[in-house]
Amino acid sequence: MQFFFKTTYDQDLRLIQHRGQLIAYLLLLGALAAAPLLLSSYLQSQFVFVFIYAIVGVALMILTGFTGQGSLGHAAFLAIGAYTTAYLQSKGVPFAGAGLFALDLNLPWLGPGKLWLPHLGYFLWAGLLTGIIGAIVGFPALRLHGIYLLIATISFAFIVEEILARWESVTHGNEGLRVRALQAWGVEIPTNQVSFYYLCLAVLVLVIIGTLNLMRSPTGRAFIAIRDSETAAKSMGIDIAAYKVKSFAISAAITGLAGSLYAHKLSFISPEMFTLLLSIEFVMVIIIGGAIGLHGAVLGAIFIVMVDPLLTWVKDDVPSLAAGIANVLGLGAGRAQALEQSLNSIASAAGLKGAIYGVIIMLFILFEPMGLYGRWLKIKLFFQLFPLYKRASFKRQKTYVKTERNR
Amino acid sequence: MLDFIQQLVSGIALGCVYGLIALGFVLIYKATEVVNFAQGDLMMLGGFFAYTFISLLGLGYWWGFLLAVLSMGLFGMLIERLLVRPILGYPQFAIVMATIGLGYFLRSAAGMIWGTDDLKIDNPFASGVIRIGNLVLAHDKLSVIVATLILCATLYLFFNQTRLGTAMRATSENMLAAYYMGIPVKRVVSLIWAISAMVAACAGVLLAPITFIHTNVGLALGLKAFPAAVLGGFGSIPGALAGGVIIGVIETMAGFYLPAGWKDVAPYLVLLGVLLLRPEGLFGMVARKKV
Repeated sequence: MQFFFKTTYDQDLRLIQHRGQLIAYLLLLGALAAAPLLLSSYLQSQFVFVFIYAIVGVALMILTGFTGQGSLGHAAFLAIGAYTTAYLQSKGVPFAGAGLFALDLNLPWLGPGKLWLPHLGYFLWAGLLTGIIGAIVGFPALRLHGIYLLIATISFAFIVEEILARWESVTHGNEGLRVRALQAWGVEIPTNQVSFYYLCLAVLVLVIIGTLNLMRSPTGRAFIAIRDSETAAKSMGIDIAAYKVKSFAISAAITGLAGSLYAHKLSFISPEMFTLLLSIEFVMVIIIGGAIGLHGAVLGAIFIVMVDPLLTWVKDDVPSLAAGIANVLGLGAGRAQALEQSLNSIASAAGLKGAIYGVIIMLFILFEPMGLYGRWLKIKLFFQLFPLYKRASFKRQKTYVKTERNR
Repeated sequence: MLDFIQQLVSGIALGCVYGLIALGFVLIYKATEVVNFAQGDLMMLGGFFAYTFISLLGLGYWWGFLLAVLSMGLFGMLIERLLVRPILGYPQFAIVMATIGLGYFLRSAAGMIWGTDDLKIDNPFASGVIRIGNLVLAHDKLSVIVATLILCATLYLFFNQTRLGTAMRATSENMLAAYYMGIPVKRVVSLIWAISAMVAACAGVLLAPITFIHTNVGLALGLKAFPAAVLGGFGSIPGALAGGVIIGVIETMAGFYLPAGWKDVAPYLVLLGVLLLRPEGLFGMVARKKV
């Protein structure tokens, strides 16, 4: 077992605490860089989804995990990023690279005209615009808390969904929009290529490093202070209003970037893709991963993306497998067949996926409230302290219902 | 004018259903500070229970109604014991997610048991209208309004006149103080969940003639009842009902007088506006923390 003695305050702030950590992360990065050479194209595409979900997870972690403000409206931010991408692309803006683009305006008192705007590619515009909208959503959040905030974000998401379906001149309504292959600096990057995988990986790594930097800055510490106690934060001189808006804006902007990648990954977007269920899925990412650190966002993203193929596999293979086992155990062919049939009928029941989702959420919150990352920390501590691990070190202290009415 | 009154009545009828679901939200929230996102799905389940008792077992409308309500009460206690009690005191967001998970599970389970078709309950109000001059009022809508009024009066008397009701009010005022006064807080909370589920079941059975019973009815209505509860101030029982009626009327009017698309958004727009002007809702009370 290693001990790290901290001799300066800088050591608390370092992104990488010791050499072992550096080596581990470099190995992980190397493995991810080498992965496309080994993976099938299906798994490679699943990995891209993991990256995109992880980016959203990090964004939600900043808002929910670190600032303590719940949101069930992140699908709307994702949608804004995705639609900005599709719209600007149709105006001839590239993914990245400087230039000008024209917006056709028809102002009531000036007549039709063009508004020329500078751009650095629509990827950054997607982030910027979503960030601005996030800040606007954040303003009502100043006066709301807890459940009121949650319902305000849900309302916002519904309104965005309806606008996307009705504003046909921009969004083509329910017909949806096609997103063409990505172009950056004159190079085309088709979605199914390895280069798109690397692009998403790079964005994820940059977002994570940026967030780590944010969280060790005064801004990040203010976020955490607000989460732990608004009253205490206020009395330490933190401008709660400003920091809440900042948290919303940053979280929305990162989600907007993810939305841009998401649009390219799906290559077709329509309003019904960005419903409340998607927002719930994003919250599941951080609840299942564990809302205690950025690792949680990534682990949760892996879980949520991979649970789908896993369920399909269970559906297809488990009944015949079970029948095979029953045969070996000597139950007789007739009974084995009956077993296979009954399992098949359970597996093919409509809505099984929803039930399993629901059970997963409930079980995680009941038995693993710190999520997968919390489980990982427990396992790590078990081996670090090997014979001396005590279950009680992670036991939740007795909590009372803290009223949110008086604040 | 006639159209207006017609729309008003159906808006109020719809609003009463929202109000009943919102009432369930508020009861639970007041007692335990838990926001039960599965309230709409409890309503859906109540409808399915009633369908089972009335149409499948043929027990007759009123017996089926009663049995459905009672069994939903037991079901509510079960949920409280298994899911809610262990996680009381967690961050609110985690509890909300747990009830969202419960909602997912109930919807799928109901779909597997009863199928995903629209079901219909034979009931005494299905047809028949009251005519006042040129005004035509359907029985099914009036029955919802009348039943809601009766239910609310019963609940009001229960909370204000009985010992148990007083204990429940004390629990929701301050759990710890109620415990010191010798109130069996756990049992009271369990009963509050039962009442809330029973109210939801009533809403489900009353709604059955207007919109058929299917697995997603709870989600759709629950998401509308939620703004209703917030509009009413989330801690106030008359507020929940008033909020429900306001949302119901706004939705119906927007559907009738405004172009398509406004119907679904209008309640949320109103809600956001109210929250901006009065963050504690229309009937909510603000208590400031004193240090």
